[in-house]
Amino acid sequence: MIKKFVALLLLAGLGLMFVGLLLGFTPDQVLNTTASYYADHSVEDTGAANIVTAVIVTYRGLDTLGEVTVLFLTATIVSLILTQPRPSGTPIIGVAEKKALSSGELLQTGTRLLVPLVLLFGVYVFVNGHLTPGGGFQGGAILASALLLLLLSDPTKRFNHRLISRVESISGILYVVIGVLGLVLAGGFLDNRILPLGAFGTLFSAGAIPVIYTLIGLKVGAEFSSMMVTLSESRDR
Amino acid sequence: MSTVMFVMSLLLACAMIASAYVALRGQSLSMAVLAAGAVSLFASVMFVLLAAPDVAMTEAAIGSGLTTFLFFFVMGRVKGGKDD
Repeated sequence: MIKKFVALLLLAGLGLMFVGLLLGFTPDQVLNTTASYYADHSVEDTGAANIVTAVIVTYRGLDTLGEVTVLFLTATIVSLILTQPRPSGTPIIGVAEKKALSSGELLQTGTRLLVPLVLLFGVYVFVNGHLTPGGGFQGGAILASALLLLLLSDPTKRFNHRLISRVESISGILYVVIGVLGLVLAGGFLDNRILPLGAFGTLFSAGAIPVIYTLIGLKVGAEFSSMMVTLSESRDR
Repeated sequence: MSTVMFVMSLLLACAMIASAYVALRGQSLSMAVLAAGAVSLFASVMFVLLAAPDVAMTEAAIGSGLTTFLFFFVMGRVKGGKDD
């Protein structure tokens, strides 16, 4: 009884706080200093048509490297916990049982039709990250969802772990190498002006941004894929 | 913000709250996971209305796509719960 009362009191206090915030809220009429700097200078600084990408990949590039690292650690921990060696002699339970459970004609045919298109769309999203909304993280997640579709249509399918981890580590290393190259050749770590900025609004423009976003897309896609593949395979134990 | 946009975002907000309620109070676990995915889906449409397409794409792909299936994978692994 007293517990419920305290919880209600806390909720009421929280609600009062939010109502106060809501009543005192007035939308900004002008951009603040940082935002207006980005809006005014991102085109001449980076050559990217999408300001969000310019901020994520160059102005706040170090944060993005940190984000990718966090995702990498998560994927590593998932596979570390779930891929324990199977005791020798134990029969693989589940495979036969899975074979009996077919995923159905609709899903299988749909997968065959959709997977190439989804992969193509994912690549499009991260290659055009400097021109249209989207980028490495979104594109990588779309790539991983194509893999998820494959896993759903055939749960016994096995993927090449070595290939996935190779793609993941090579793109990670290249990402850092490009960052250091920016330190040597241009203004600072992860500066995109190590390549010519090119004509504004074309595919090969904005310096190293398309290269960096392609690497991030491959890395994120490989990380999500390895997480899902490990989770689905660990059911065999 | 025009009236149409306002009405649409109001409807979306109601749908988000309704699916969040289903996710919390629903009968079965898989229903709750699906409802949580629906919250993300409505949120991603809301982000498009608020002119943030980049965030909307992330929310749709990761929040409502991958996370939902990650939950199902994990539910397949932790079998034997009481109120499954």
